[in-house]
Amino acid sequence: MDILIYGTVNSVTFVLIAVGFTLVYGVSRLPNFAHGALYVLVGFLTWSFVNDLGINYPLAIILSLILSASLGAVIYRLVLIRLRGMPTSEIIASFAVSLIILEGLRLQGIGGFKGFIGPFYVLPAFIEGKARISGVLVDYQRLIVIGGGLAVVALLWLFTHHTRIGLSLRAIAQDEQAAMMLGIDSDRAAVVALSIGSALAGLAAVIILPLGNVTAEAGYRVLIHALAVCIIGGLGSWAGAVLASFVLGFAMIVSTALFGAVWESVVLVGAIIIILILKPSGLLGKQKELEERV
Amino acid sequence: MRTESLYALSSWREMAYLLMPRLVLILGLLLLPLVLSMYWQRVLCSAGIYALLALGFDFLAQYVGLVSLGGAFFIGAGGYISGALNAYLGWPPVLTIPIATITGALMSTLVLLPCLRLRGIYFAIVSFMFPLLAVYIIVALNVFRGTEGISALATFPNIWVDQYLILGAVIVSLFAMRRLVNEDIGLILRGIRDNDQAVRASGIDITSYRTKAVFIASLMGCFGGAYLSHLYGWLGISLFSMDFSILPIAAAVLGGMGTLVGPVLGAFILTPMSEALRGFGQLRVVLYCLILIGFIVYKPEGLMNYLQRKYHQFEHWEEV
Amino acid sequence: MSEEIILRVRNVRKAFGGLQAIHGVSFDLAKGEILGVIGPNGSGKTTLVNIVTGFVKPDSGEVFFKDKKISGLQAHKIADLGVTRTFQIMRPYHSLSAFKNLIVPLNSPRVRRTRGGRLGDRDAVAIDILEEIGFERDAYVPYKMASSLPLGYLKRLELARCIALRPEVIICDEIFSGLSMAEIATMIPVVEKLQMEGITIMMIEHRLRELFRLANRVIVMNFGEKLAEGTPEEVMGDHKVKEAYLGTEAA
Repeated sequence: MDILIYGTVNSVTFVLIAVGFTLVYGVSRLPNFAHGALYVLVGFLTWSFVNDLGINYPLAIILSLILSASLGAVIYRLVLIRLRGMPTSEIIASFAVSLIILEGLRLQGIGGFKGFIGPFYVLPAFIEGKARISGVLVDYQRLIVIGGGLAVVALLWLFTHHTRIGLSLRAIAQDEQAAMMLGIDSDRAAVVALSIGSALAGLAAVIILPLGNVTAEAGYRVLIHALAVCIIGGLGSWAGAVLASFVLGFAMIVSTALFGAVWESVVLVGAIIIILILKPSGLLGKQKELEERV
Repeated sequence: MRTESLYALSSWREMAYLLMPRLVLILGLLLLPLVLSMYWQRVLCSAGIYALLALGFDFLAQYVGLVSLGGAFFIGAGGYISGALNAYLGWPPVLTIPIATITGALMSTLVLLPCLRLRGIYFAIVSFMFPLLAVYIIVALNVFRGTEGISALATFPNIWVDQYLILGAVIVSLFAMRRLVNEDIGLILRGIRDNDQAVRASGIDITSYRTKAVFIASLMGCFGGAYLSHLYGWLGISLFSMDFSILPIAAAVLGGMGTLVGPVLGAFILTPMSEALRGFGQLRVVLYCLILIGFIVYKPEGLMNYLQRKYHQFEHWEEV
Repeated sequence: MSEEIILRVRNVRKAFGGLQAIHGVSFDLAKGEILGVIGPNGSGKTTLVNIVTGFVKPDSGEVFFKDKKISGLQAHKIADLGVTRTFQIMRPYHSLSAFKNLIVPLNSPRVRRTRGGRLGDRDAVAIDILEEIGFERDAYVPYKMASSLPLGYLKRLELARCIALRPEVIICDEIFSGLSMAEIATMIPVVEKLQMEGITIMMIEHRLRELFRLANRVIVMNFGEKLAEGTPEEVMGDHKVKEAYLGTEAA
């Protein structure tokens, strides 16, 4: 039973992390390597707002989310927009931005900026305490993760199916040229997508980080998980990302229960390699691989 | 507009014009160890390793169309294999380095193989993930002494061997790659990069060519790793550090992607700079990335292309 | 021109998402003939080419080359057997010079098998092929960078790329589009010469007058179906074809 609960929590964690990346990639074919960096950035920003500036928790969260969304838009406008159409440069630049943020957070002694080093940064849980579900003791925060994840997915679904902006994003995701002919500006859509994607990264951070502590290294781990989910589920496929999250989430929990926590990484690598060999476009991938792109 | 016609090497002047830059480069590199202090000689060795990685990156990115974000994986593979052979079997560097270079390259190519049938983005993503995943696995399973690493490996007899070995490798690799991209196999790779569908319509299996290209690039990287483990006599998870992935890319962008020489020069520029900033911790990485972004957005041609243009303009000047 | 059938397409279907692009098309290609394929835009002509040459897998149906089933094989294997094609959207190897563009097919396993030859030969062969197709050697045209060539030369380069492979079947996807009358006039003899050398050619075209000078038979496609088949005269007399092109009133 506890495998079921922890498996679900783990899976929903993956969903939360991957959803922002999938959005950006689906809409503008940009692999946002800075996704993990934004996740961690929001964690640290929130911590700073609460601890250094004394702002109350919910307000701090909202501020950080706004900041991260703006940062996403800025990254696009300043850097990526000039590189559209040159996939090599887009990838390199996105990667570089990610490193600037992640390594920048570890800087020490530049103009009085004390870097964020060490496992000392903790975000408090929304509700302290535990609940008993079917005989298993579960933190409320973990339940919030599940609830939050479902809410995010539901809201996103509503957004992309029932609002003008959301629909235009879906249009661009399906066929960029056709959407442009209908008057949808692909650069503006990309800015929107990147803002929302960054905000989603931040949202994932504030929901999940209270379960542990905030470190800069987590940025790489989060990015790897997001990438793994997208590869396994199919780059650009929502349903695929959700499915892959659950497959991966449960696989890792089960392997931990059976063989110990150390084998988690092996499971991850194995899953990626297996998918690439057997069904490279991912479990539910609609995008064609090399072959059918004429 | 330059045509690719065959030069009639009728005059000494023409030959000098073509050979001069290359001679300057080779001699310059070979003479450097004699004028540098010991500290900077060590830096030169590092620069050489980064130069090999940058060369591999440029080759894969501009001549094959694959963006490799995980140069660290080659270093780690080469380093761990050669170090392990030395530590557990006692083999000397003169054996471990060649074996590690080839085995490491085979291993790297093998794990990257599944992505080679797919669009370039997969290669970028997977190559990014592998060095980090390798570290997770080594730490989790605590193989090769996990985070501690293995020390007291055999090192090279003296600092001259250190330097000339790597400089030699860089020069040989550079000229080999320049030959390669103009040989038939290089032309096919460039064709694949420009228009892979047309290459398939000519009956050529692109996956197999990409595989060969990745193998060649990883040979250079794995040699660098194998060399590194015997340079300091130590191996550990820092062989997979992000530095080895990002600095070659910054060096390539700065130096001029596509020129093969540019990235090598870029490495020899950025590495000393990075050393000078060692006291500032992670500032180095932030700085390379800023430089990289600056160049890629504002001056994408990079130094080498810029210099080449000026040099050719200069030549025309003279004739008039 | 013999009656031997070199390419057989049987009941091929293909849908993209909700759109049925090809509705069960069948036809035969006789060895040594020039078959034209015409039809309004969107009728599925290029998809047909993609299916025959292996760039797209059909949902159902089969393609046979010399009685060997090729549907389902990868594109490069089909090209290796001797069926090659041009691309409607021109993309030469732009970082290479014109003659070096041909070195790629000259290095394919197929050419290595059939020609052998030392490495040095290939440059000369490439330049010869280009010269025959109209690249003036004296003006150093073959040595120019492919990206700097005007459209007329690029179209011919595309054809040269196919010729260099020494194929048995060449499928041309609109090689006359965008060319002036004079340029087409220089290409027509090239195509005729290819037929005389025994190569079977299938041509997708919009330029009907020029196509009818060359084609022995013509197929008309419309909305993913084969509308008519026959000699150019038969086909243009067919009222269904006139309807498709001109609308019902004029028929």
